[in-house]
Amino acid sequence: MTTRNQRNTAPPALLVRGGHLVDPVSGRDGLFDVLIEHGRVVGVGSPGSLDPAQLAMPGMGSDVPVIDARGLIVAPGFVDMHVHLREPGYEYKETIETGTRAAVAGGVTSVACMANTDPVNDNASVTKYIIDKGAEAGYANVYPIGAVSVGLKGERMAEFGKMVEAGIVAVSDDGMPVADSSLMRRALEYARMFDIPVIVHEEDPGLCCGAVMNEGTVSVRLGLRGMPSAGESVMVARDIELARATRGRLHIAHISCAEAVEMVRRAKAEGLAVTAEAAPHHFILEESAVDGYNTNAKMKPPLRTARDVEAVRQGLADGTIDAIATDHAPHHRDEKVCEFDKAAFGILGLETMLPLSLELVRAGYLSMTRLIDALAPAPSRILGIERGTLEPGAVADLVLFDPEREWTLTAATMVSKSRNTPFDGWKMKGRVVRTLVGGVTVWEHTE
Amino acid sequence: MALGNRHLLGLEGVSAEDITVLLDTAESLVEVSRREVKKLPALRGKTVINFFVENSTRTRTSFEIAAKRLSADAISISSSSSSMAKGETFEDTARNLAAMSPDCIVVRHPASGAARFLAGVVDCSIINAGDGSHEHPTQALLDLLTIRQRKKCAWKDLVVTIVGDIVHSRVARSNLFGLRTLGATVRLAGPPTLLPEEFREFGAELYYDIGSAVQDADVIMMLRIQHERMASNYFPTLNEYARYFCLNAEKVARAKPDVIILHPGPINRGIEISSEVADGPYSVIMSQVANGVALRMALLYQLIIPGADGIRGSALVEPAVTAAPGRARIE
Amino acid sequence: MAVEVLDSDGIRRALTRIAHEIVERNDGVKGLALVGIHTCGVPLARRIAEAIARIEGTEPPVGAIDITLYRDDAGRLGATAHMEPSDIPFDLQERKVVLVDDVLYTGRTIRAALDALIDFGRPAAVQLAVLIDRGHRELPIRADYVGKNVPTSRSQKVRVELGEHGERDAVWIEEAANGTR
Ligand SMILES: [Zn+2]
Repeated sequence: MTTRNQRNTAPPALLVRGGHLVDPVSGRDGLFDVLIEHGRVVGVGSPGSLDPAQLAMPGMGSDVPVIDARGLIVAPGFVDMHVHLREPGYEYKETIETGTRAAVAGGVTSVACMANTDPVNDNASVTKYIIDKGAEAGYANVYPIGAVSVGLKGERMAEFGKMVEAGIVAVSDDGMPVADSSLMRRALEYARMFDIPVIVHEEDPGLCCGAVMNEGTVSVRLGLRGMPSAGESVMVARDIELARATRGRLHIAHISCAEAVEMVRRAKAEGLAVTAEAAPHHFILEESAVDGYNTNAKMKPPLRTARDVEAVRQGLADGTIDAIATDHAPHHRDEKVCEFDKAAFGILGLETMLPLSLELVRAGYLSMTRLIDALAPAPSRILGIERGTLEPGAVADLVLFDPEREWTLTAATMVSKSRNTPFDGWKMKGRVVRTLVGGVTVWEHTE
Repeated sequence: MALGNRHLLGLEGVSAEDITVLLDTAESLVEVSRREVKKLPALRGKTVINFFVENSTRTRTSFEIAAKRLSADAISISSSSSSMAKGETFEDTARNLAAMSPDCIVVRHPASGAARFLAGVVDCSIINAGDGSHEHPTQALLDLLTIRQRKKCAWKDLVVTIVGDIVHSRVARSNLFGLRTLGATVRLAGPPTLLPEEFREFGAELYYDIGSAVQDADVIMMLRIQHERMASNYFPTLNEYARYFCLNAEKVARAKPDVIILHPGPINRGIEISSEVADGPYSVIMSQVANGVALRMALLYQLIIPGADGIRGSALVEPAVTAAPGRARIE
Repeated sequence: MAVEVLDSDGIRRALTRIAHEIVERNDGVKGLALVGIHTCGVPLARRIAEAIARIEGTEPPVGAIDITLYRDDAGRLGATAHMEPSDIPFDLQERKVVLVDDVLYTGRTIRAALDALIDFGRPAAVQLAVLIDRGHRELPIRADYVGKNVPTSRSQKVRVELGEHGERDAVWIEEAANGTR
């Protein structure tokens, strides 16, 4: 495996040849060559039509480097709109550099990072710090998400405007629910001025107080305190009503229960500006993964039942759930190798996003185009960033992957600084072979 | 021998055969406490650590006596004397215990799953002496032994009613699993706030009315109710709880005439059990102490001495690499 | 391949002779008690006690001990699912106790039984009666009363069947792969 970051200068031109292009925005789904110049897509054509030898490019001729993409899918680089990069403050879990490197290893070329750092990203200077660090690392593009409330305390609204000017693309108190309905209402209203979504982590504090997993058969058997589905759905119901009242843009993070999916479905049918994302673990794992007190199956929202898993899959299939986002949440070993009650919530996501999501294609829930839509254009639209397509003129962020390649995940060799994955030892199908950001190869997988 | 370490992490998944062997062994050891020299050499040279992160003088003392009666070296470490208080992680503490090369660790801990965690870290037998709201298998085995001594009928003909704070009770869980494995009928009774519907999935019958729950019961097990539950609105007041769930003479009269009443701890008189019932002829609370030591001796012997003929213990299931636990069905 | 070394008549005669020897050596039944070692020693002790009663008109008390938790090879043999309660329904103080077992072999069972017995009290004297002595002692222990001396090799196995266990009375020698009784 090799990585090069963007400090390596982009070749003036590059041809990605012979791959199967899946670009939902343009509707292209077939064999196409992609020509890149100075970090942008300049041409997409049928195989051979962009042969460098025939290109009328002064001074280039047949010296244009070629990437052989035969047998691979070429897609816009994935946009993971829910990532915890942990820097500043928790560099022992992950840094912007290790996190963005893990991202490109998973085919993710843009990440939106949550504000629950230390200091919290509730002001423009922290926003700027994160953006600078992201650029310095030079792997994936980093789009910070600002806090809704100062210090994530759920009391005073943070300075959305100044943070937007510094580069945030959304606001969220993720990790903490916005308990105060009045604050939530004002945030939705005020955010309209900047046309940014308010991303909500839906968890009723009273219903979920002290709980560590889904409430149900497994929690009862293990003697662990459970969070009922209602702990999520009552907040989703509240926020949809507030979105209706305010005409604000509401984005439901990591939706996990059947009731919430149904509410979003109805809200969309009514034409409300409500969007949603789901994490791969919520459509691949059930609550029984906690058995044996597996702390790598501890997250918020918790893993739920087979019925909820099915609802999330159906939600992704019919577009009720717009995007797939990982909620990548690195934690140090000591925060996971401990009593279940004490263990931190959350798991790694970036490096397993593609193979786990491909399961839904193989099982017939999603077409490949719909999958790529959920992984790149949909989150780009929600965040209002110009990514997620390979139309001529677009930034050349792209991923080349082999959907059939089988491999075994080994936590110990993951790129992230942390190791907290429940998928250690799993047989995976679907491998990112190469990732380009701005026309530069930042990740290349070699056997 | 490839038996590995044997543990008792809970009664869930322990076979009826293993439970029966433990009860039989305990039964044959009850007489030891009546001997002139109450000591057997079976575990000479073995080390048993009683690691109690949560206070329980009764259980700890019982294990200490049991270990000493089998000539094991018994060391007791409680949370105040261990370094857990100083911010050491549970794993660190476990490794320090392992450095003493114990043959068995008896663990009591406020977190559900703590015994299981320890079994994954330390290379010796682990006995769960109560982990959070999960299980308390030795208390349940003791209850089973007491029931078996008093009731001569087959397990499948027994009706056992457990009343009280079911959801938070590790004793209730262990008894439910053990009794169901042996074939007894288990009725659980309490307010719906303390008795989730999910318990039906483990073979229990659920009752919100104690009167019908104890109808023709052979055994009634009363759980201790914690005052804290009131603050979390599981029920309005202890007074109202007692109005519906206190076991009084009128309710006992609905049970079988030879019903026995078990209670695991200090009684809140007038809350869980009325005084007339507590002082009545049904209560077998006191006879449980001698049984407790015999039961724990049987367990220590069966777990520490590796034998093909002995019990299997509750197996520690290592996550299989390809089994992918918790994977939702797809396609 | 099994060879019968004692049939039911042989066993009865051997036990009757042992009963006579016990009475003779202890000048009657006074202060005498029999303690059988679980499992086979217990019915043998009862039979000897009955035989003594026929001779003397008084039956000595009979106790039972389980020596599982006293064996020095418990770790090697492993835990057993079958344990019986020990039951000594008389005071051992000043008693002459005859320990009874079916087969005397290495002597380790008897050593464990002596340990167990002492935990119940301090007898005035302990004697040992066995139905079969097959040799191969590993400890300085010998029987005071022997039903029959049977020379064996270590690879052989001595099987005692008693009516109390639902079989006809007989003692067999068989070739076994693992030669311990
Ligand atoms: Zn969240």
